[in-house]
Amino acid sequence: MTLDRVRRGQTFTITNIPDALIRAQAIRFGIAEGETVFCEEVVPAGPIIISKNNQEIALGRGLASQITVDLR
Amino acid sequence: MKHHHNLTLEMELPKDARRIVLAGNPNTGKSVFFNALTGLYVDVSNYPGTTLEICHSRLGNDVLIDTPGVYGISSFNDEERIARDIILSADVVLNVVNAVHLERDLFLTQQIIDTGVPVVVALNMVDEAAARGIEIDTGLLSEMLGVPVVPTVAVKKQGFEEVKAALSRAQPGRLTPGLAERLQEIQNRVGNQGDALLILEGDAAVAERHGVEPGNEREDIYRRRRARVNQVVEAVVRIAARESRFGTVLGRWMIRPLTGIPILLLTLFVMYQVIGVFIAQTVVDFTEEEIMAGIYEPAVSSFVGRFLAEDSVFGVILIGEFGVLTMTVTYILGLLLPLIVGFYFFLALFEDSGYLPRTATLADRVLTGIGLNGKAIIPFILGFGCVTMATITTRMLNTDRERRIAVFLLGLTIPCSAQLAVIAGMLAGLGAPYLLMYVLVILIVFLVVGTVLNTIFAGRSTHLLIDLPPLRVPRLGNVLKKTANRAFGFLREATPLFILGAVIISIMQLTGALTAVQRGLAPITVGWLSLPMETATAFIMGIVRRDFGAAGLLTLELTAVQTVVALITITLFVPCIASVFIILKERGFKDGALIWASTWLIAFSVGGTVMQLSKLFGGNGDPNVALVLAAFAGLGGAIILLCRTIRRSGRADAAKSAGVDAIKATE
Repeated sequence: MTLDRVRRGQTFTITNIPDALIRAQAIRFGIAEGETVFCEEVVPAGPIIISKNNQEIALGRGLASQITVDLR
Repeated sequence: MKHHHNLTLEMELPKDARRIVLAGNPNTGKSVFFNALTGLYVDVSNYPGTTLEICHSRLGNDVLIDTPGVYGISSFNDEERIARDIILSADVVLNVVNAVHLERDLFLTQQIIDTGVPVVVALNMVDEAAARGIEIDTGLLSEMLGVPVVPTVAVKKQGFEEVKAALSRAQPGRLTPGLAERLQEIQNRVGNQGDALLILEGDAAVAERHGVEPGNEREDIYRRRRARVNQVVEAVVRIAARESRFGTVLGRWMIRPLTGIPILLLTLFVMYQVIGVFIAQTVVDFTEEEIMAGIYEPAVSSFVGRFLAEDSVFGVILIGEFGVLTMTVTYILGLLLPLIVGFYFFLALFEDSGYLPRTATLADRVLTGIGLNGKAIIPFILGFGCVTMATITTRMLNTDRERRIAVFLLGLTIPCSAQLAVIAGMLAGLGAPYLLMYVLVILIVFLVVGTVLNTIFAGRSTHLLIDLPPLRVPRLGNVLKKTANRAFGFLREATPLFILGAVIISIMQLTGALTAVQRGLAPITVGWLSLPMETATAFIMGIVRRDFGAAGLLTLELTAVQTVVALITITLFVPCIASVFIILKERGFKDGALIWASTWLIAFSVGGTVMQLSKLFGGNGDPNVALVLAAFAGLGGAIILLCRTIRRSGRADAAKSAGVDAIKATE
């Protein structure tokens, strides 16, 4: 499934980020493919906030819909 | 000494001085370090081709150079390009790392180490980390990175002496595993490890400097580096129980619409009370009326009057109605400066507290509909202060397409503070329905025009992808310093444009061009907008200064509907002449001219439509405001639906002929 369909409180693994530039930025933030992260918040019809340890990232919904994840 | 690339910061270096570069992620407390290490004597230079201010100062026998906060040094944006160039020319890098965010921050640390430069790591905010139950084995961290690591608490001035002492022990650290062999070959060709690394990572600009092809190993190196960083973090960090803190809870509330929107409204209300009421009225009354108009202008007029007749050509240009030495100086120093300082103060406050990225997250949903992402909320909020200032800020947006849409909407729909004061005063007397009419019409125009631009401009906009730092109480000293730097930067950039604008307007006045435009405009004003002929004068004054335009309406006898229509038209009408110049500078002549011409067209079409609708739903008496608004919203909604349909079919077409769009998107 895609990241935009994740619900608050779920833990999941990122399996695919198609865009190379986004992938590079994600690696820097530590949320690269293969990492297990936690969904902190979902703004209704808006961005998804994910976290890993103390690091929080907000992703726009359009971006989230391109990222594939596996629920844990 | 290493070569400087295109780093042309003007600074004098003593012969054997080292260039010590301060680098780190955003929100690491890097600027506190800079201030504490260097003291009072700081030079600020503008990095070539950007508005980014780079601070540098003497540190003993050496020079300490600050860099923008970045997550890595590649060419993803201006900040990174600058940080990259400064780091590549460093003799020593002092890397400030946030102990709470080791996993994120060490990526930059490892990238800097991979450039081969000697490094010292300042492990900052160890107190905050401890409070969150994070324990870090500093000795092991230092051993694994291969460079000195010094624990610090910058805001409490702890660890500075140790950092200074460690600078002499700075040394190149351990490279990302597997990197050394790959670097060797290209390093032999370009002669420098840092440049070789960036070329390998596909940095086009660095590759071009050496006349070689950029590599395509960025992703592989990034993955290895990330794996190494995770390994280091795993080894050195122990996390005790993670408890929920008030900051975390408040941070959530700021993002959830149900609580976030009231918090945003409350924040804007406080801003309005401080900037709109206290600064715009009390402070500006004093600076503009008492000091500038009361003391400065008469003095300069009488002084210049001794050498020049006031009605001579140069007399008009220097000390006439729109004089360079009179009106321009009063406008910039008496009116704009206090407001600009107020807005930059709040901006710095939001930045340093961590509120800004949360506002962007909250606003993202609305802004994606008009081809922008949440980040664009910042220039729009600043636009209510000064559109010229906000237009400069659009540089922070990711793509040219987004900057184009934002600049267009700023110039068209956002009334700046100078104008807002007059507009609010005039609307206050008319009652709630008309106030609502004004606000909603402008809002509808904003959404409709944004949607149309998003449809007609080629390419795609970028999605939101931002880091949400923990909320914290900002350091006042830091906030004030940012405010002062930016206000000064704004004055330096905008003053010449205000002067140029004043000269052009004075020439138009002298040659009679101003009255000719007024006469030409009169038929539209009377026939289509149903406003008195003199309103045209007010519109033309709006070209000079937007508040002049709005204030010009004050003296006219207008009905309630006429007032609202006139205010809507003048809000949408051309931005002030300084904004026009900054738009031309930012967007080039073609785009600038297009934006300027469009504001004429849109202002009069919208104003006229509202007036004609009001006549339709009210005859000669008071119109039914609800019906007028419903009809106007209906028109807007129809245009938005049309755009959606076009975009959808366009996307279907694009799917068929993929590739063409991708080329345009990268321009």
